Amino acid sequence: MATAKDPNLRPIRTSSSFSRNPSAPSVAAPSPPVPGVKPGPSGAAFVSSGIPDLDKILGGGFLLGSVVMVMEDADAPHHLLLLRNFMSQGIVHRQPLLFASPAKDPRAFLGTLPSPVSSSKEERQRAPGLDPDAKDKEKGLRIAWQYKKYFGERQVPELHDRGEKRKNDGGNVNAGRIAIQSLCAPQCGYSEMDWDMVSFVRSLRAMIRSSNAVAVITFPTSVLSPSFSKRWQHLADTLLSVRAIPDEDKELAKLLTGYQDMVGLLHVHKVAQINTQVPVILEATTFSLKMQKRRSLILERLNQAPVDASSGTSYATSGGCSGSSKGSPLDF
Amino acid sequence: MNPPSNLLDEALGLGHGGAMAPLPAGRVVLVEDCVETSGAFVLHHLLKRALSAGEGDGAVLFLALAQPFSHYDRILRKLGCNLSVQRSNNKLHFFDMLKLEFPGLTEGNDIEGGFVELYSKIQRAIEASRSKEYSRGCITIMIDDLSLLEIAACGSIDCVLDFLYYCISLTSELDCSLVILNHEDIYSSEEAPRLLSHLEYLADIVIKTEPLSTGLAADVHGQLTIFNKGTCNRHGHSMNKIHNFHFKVKENGVEYFYPGSQY
Repeated sequence: MATAKDPNLRPIRTSSSFSRNPSAPSVAAPSPPVPGVKPGPSGAAFVSSGIPDLDKILGGGFLLGSVVMVMEDADAPHHLLLLRNFMSQGIVHRQPLLFASPAKDPRAFLGTLPSPVSSSKEERQRAPGLDPDAKDKEKGLRIAWQYKKYFGERQVPELHDRGEKRKNDGGNVNAGRIAIQSLCAPQCGYSEMDWDMVSFVRSLRAMIRSSNAVAVITFPTSVLSPSFSKRWQHLADTLLSVRAIPDEDKELAKLLTGYQDMVGLLHVHKVAQINTQVPVILEATTFSLKMQKRRSLILERLNQAPVDASSGTSYATSGGCSGSSKGSPLDF
Repeated sequence: MNPPSNLLDEALGLGHGGAMAPLPAGRVVLVEDCVETSGAFVLHHLLKRALSAGEGDGAVLFLALAQPFSHYDRILRKLGCNLSVQRSNNKLHFFDMLKLEFPGLTEGNDIEGGFVELYSKIQRAIEASRSKEYSRGCITIMIDDLSLLEIAACGSIDCVLDFLYYCISLTSELDCSLVILNHEDIYSSEEAPRLLSHLEYLADIVIKTEPLSTGLAADVHGQLTIFNKGTCNRHGHSMNKIHNFHFKVKENGVEYFYPGSQY
């Protein structure tokens, strides 16, 4: 038996689960670690999404230089949960943040950002210091909004020129974050101009590629035509979607464990592949959103509840099931 | 040195008799992909083939709208091809068009003008390449990807199609090949997919990447369907053939295999 001490056995060296050595000589000389930025393979750098579970699922976090898009659900504002966590994480790490929103009072949204668990008075005092950045941006948006009747599509390039200036000011050392809420929503003034909007997203993507920043854009897909929705999806490097779970759905309650605590569902459609042609295949792509103590968001793989013996099916399936094997309520 | 031929090369009509030939001249290759399965790896494979043809044999004009040079450089390096060296040897003409904008968004003339300028740049690059001595190889023009060209043209499909027709004329007049990457699912959701039907009609070879009907899997990343019009067998009879097989993408290459024959 293996319990006998065998002199021929060598102690097993724990090896990294990565097949490539992350510290291979091909990586550039290590620069001093920037707070809030985690290095990854192939010269990649990650920033946290603000949700630790999501960082793990995506293999490190949001890739710097990539565009993350979140497809909204018309029934529930779960995309705001993602945005809030993304923005507050940036504030905690003192990364310059640009926030654009179609809401009449974007500052109100800033007020709902979760404060970090161990916040000191200092941090809270510093957080408003970043508001002028965000505020300027909102002012810019509002002004653009009013004049849309007169200038038409000129405002769209202006929007991202402003973004570019902000990015350049934001400092070359620190990673930047751009959060855009509900970009093609009807309140957003540009929703009529399909081509201009998609052109803006494309320009933003090109700008982000050559910069040290991440952009998170949420957009309601139901507003776009199917073909434009696909264009937006192709422009995303990382594509997520959120879905509401109906309350008090007896079928779902039977199907899933922990149904009562679930706020919604998150589906990962694609994960950023920059500098590599290998697609990231996740073990599971659909996760449930749960709020823990009303503050932190946790993501869990879906677990199918044990099947009732009396219903006649032969055996209970357990363990993480990906969304594709489920029936219609959870199809994306 | 001839690397072993794989299913993709065979389906494309390359690699027969062990010759590592780049794309035969005068062909239009359309690569179609979708959100779930990216077809970029096909482009990388063809790019590598076109650049590995040997000294003086052909060049590549790469219109990159989707990614910056560093992205392709890193990927091709893992595949065993150094893009920086090829670029400095003028075998690779890399057009960085990430931020390409045709001026004058509302006026048709300016969009056309932008395309005319782009086309003349391409023509100049081809002529510069041909003017070198002993260069009789095939020049491959690659576009990554066409839907972004359409966005840059603000949806003006006529201009995009005109530009494409001009590029296709190069395949017959100047002995070039054209490889286009297009996102098929954007156009198939339209009511009248004009661009898609034009492209599929004009292409000599259509390579389509799709996810498996059973969904995602770690071992099989998707399936390839290749429709090769105008292949000729030994007797000169035309044989249209459809190939279908699965693939798995890795850092240093792609594995192609028939369903069920892996492991």
